[in-house]
Amino acid sequence: MRKKVIFPGVALPAALLLPQLLITGIFFFWPAGQAVWSSFLREDAFGLSREFVWFENFAAVLTDPNYLTVVRNTAVFSLSVSVLAMGVALFLAVQADKAIRGATAFKTLLIWPYAVAPAVAAVLWLFLFHPQIGIFGRMLNGAGIAWDYKINGGQAMTLVIVAAAWKQVSYNFIFFLAGLQSIPRNVLEAAAIDGARPVRRFWTIVFPLISPTTFFLLVVNLVYAFFDTFGVIHALTQGGPGLATTTLIYKVYVDGVQNLNFGASAAQSVILMLLVIVMTGLQFRFIERRVHY
Amino acid sequence: MRRTILAGAVALGLATPAAAQQQPIEIQFWHGLTQPLGGMLEQIAADFNASQNQYRVVASFRGSYPETMVAAIAAFRAGQAPHIVQMFEVGTGTMMAAGRAVKPVHELLAETGVEIPFDDYLPAVRGYYSLRDGRMMSMPFNSSTAVVFYNKDAFRRAGLDPEAFPQTWQALEQAARRLKAAGVECPMTMAWPTWTQVEQFSAIHNIPLATQANGFGGLNAELRINNPLMVRHLQNLVDWQREGLFRYGGRDGQGDALFPNGTCAIIFASSGLRARIQREAQFAWGVAMLPYYEGVEGAPINSIIGGASFWAMNRGPNAARSAEENRGIAQFFAWLARPEVVRKWHVETGFLPVRQSVFRALEAEGFYRQNPGADIPISQLLRGGGQMSENSMGIRLGGFVEIRTIIQEEMERAFQGQQTARQALDNAVQRGNVVLRNFERQNRQ
Repeated sequence: MRKKVIFPGVALPAALLLPQLLITGIFFFWPAGQAVWSSFLREDAFGLSREFVWFENFAAVLTDPNYLTVVRNTAVFSLSVSVLAMGVALFLAVQADKAIRGATAFKTLLIWPYAVAPAVAAVLWLFLFHPQIGIFGRMLNGAGIAWDYKINGGQAMTLVIVAAAWKQVSYNFIFFLAGLQSIPRNVLEAAAIDGARPVRRFWTIVFPLISPTTFFLLVVNLVYAFFDTFGVIHALTQGGPGLATTTLIYKVYVDGVQNLNFGASAAQSVILMLLVIVMTGLQFRFIERRVHY
Repeated sequence: MRRTILAGAVALGLATPAAAQQQPIEIQFWHGLTQPLGGMLEQIAADFNASQNQYRVVASFRGSYPETMVAAIAAFRAGQAPHIVQMFEVGTGTMMAAGRAVKPVHELLAETGVEIPFDDYLPAVRGYYSLRDGRMMSMPFNSSTAVVFYNKDAFRRAGLDPEAFPQTWQALEQAARRLKAAGVECPMTMAWPTWTQVEQFSAIHNIPLATQANGFGGLNAELRINNPLMVRHLQNLVDWQREGLFRYGGRDGQGDALFPNGTCAIIFASSGLRARIQREAQFAWGVAMLPYYEGVEGAPINSIIGGASFWAMNRGPNAARSAEENRGIAQFFAWLARPEVVRKWHVETGFLPVRQSVFRALEAEGFYRQNPGADIPISQLLRGGGQMSENSMGIRLGGFVEIRTIIQEEMERAFQGQQTARQALDNAVQRGNVVLRNFERQNRQ
């Protein structure tokens, strides 16, 4: 049974809700509404003429063969970033959870990259892997490996995935560590006494017990890879070579901001918005069921 | 009491020449030049401000050319456009079709009575920024063209004549093989891939980039870059890259860095790169004209210009400028046309001397004998007798920023071996035409 507080009258609850509603209205519903409205329009860059075209922008976007390429890129990119960022974070969290000397220092250092802005993170990776000025880029070329992400789509994709995942490791690390620390010690000790080795203990006890955390992080990481990686891609590859590293969100930017094609860009944002709604819906459906608060 | 003094002051202010007492009128000027060029440009504005006290030009850097363009357009939609914006040449088609967003220079001059001797401007520069009937739409300023820079030391090491750069692509291919054999890691590269290898290439070979005289004839132009010569050239570049004779240096100006640091022996780049090479290169270098394919009838003719021009803008969709503001813009444009300003900019930066009289004066003083190669861009613009054809006047396509990106993307896929040169250019034409049709539809008046 849920507890319900009954307010007398209408004025007080309305006043209490108002700030939140205002913020949501101004910063979410209004721009989202404008995006939906623009997605039905075709206008010139200067906004001097506009035409209502119904679903023509959506039709143009969805029938563009390049859009499919971009959807595929986004799937590869998002999955790889999530798996890599979570895998590395889980490994590090398990190590940091052990009783080692200087554990606090390690934990602090591991959290640092989260404070780095995506564009700055990308520039760091650029200085490492640029074929001419990057330390590792030059080393790879010196070792006879033709490393040039400006002309090799696979290498470009690998680089943006690694750069984007690196930034997210810290965030995942914090959650995994918290999850690990909440596992009752006596369960693990009992397993150890029964003769289970560390690897077996991890897969049969630890991993199932942190699965709510894992699922939560999977959704957060997917959303991160979908929407917050614009800076990394923009600073490293600008979506190239060809369309090799153009993701859905990057294409929205290119079409809207660079090409001034507002209708097409708005239509893509609306498609993305629907995608987020679906993802959030999934999150609530599954997490609510599996997480015990 | 206070009120009387105030009234008196107002009366006095009206009695004396108004301008001398008033605050100078501010003219907002947005530009897209990084340092050191941006600083030199801001100095020109500062000199203008010091020369009179009626107007004050406030120059501010707004990011790269495309970023400046986007910022100005967004500001216009919000009713906050700058008085003057520097727009790179590929944005010209978009600005020409912008209707009441821009104030054409010919209108501005006619209304304010300010005169600028456009007859003295280089024909290639004048043609790029005027309507077909010759009326100027924007104020030309920093114009460049594509040229070749080459490493003379590397040429010597390969046993090539450092004073005679190959004139044709056939001869250049052989030279590149010699360079490679002599141990040069990267014989050739390019900056601005679309501009140097498609746009300039089409102009000097006198083949159309698009129908309707490259878009000068109307908004219904269609791309024509999938012609046999263009296919042959791109296929050569792809093959040369596989052979190690050529290296793709990245989009836009990214390839620039490969020449001054000595990695590549030859670069096709903007003449505006000269200042940087002068500062950074640790080797002897030369400038040469763009090569052409031997056996192409009529080739080579003049190349086209790049760089940027200045556009006067209205404040917003429903907000015009006052006559005084327009006068200030016109006065500043007239300042930019002054021979000493044009001269200083050319000598210090490697951009073109946009006025012919300035070029002749410098020639008479022996400037080009002391600075060999500084005249190559101008000679190249006058190649073929200086008579421009409709393929070498320039490019006026709407949405050209996007089309350039498309061509670059398709080229990159060809360089990766994902498609042939023919497929790359066919795809570029097909995707580019979609952009052109959308632009035509959005700008039908």
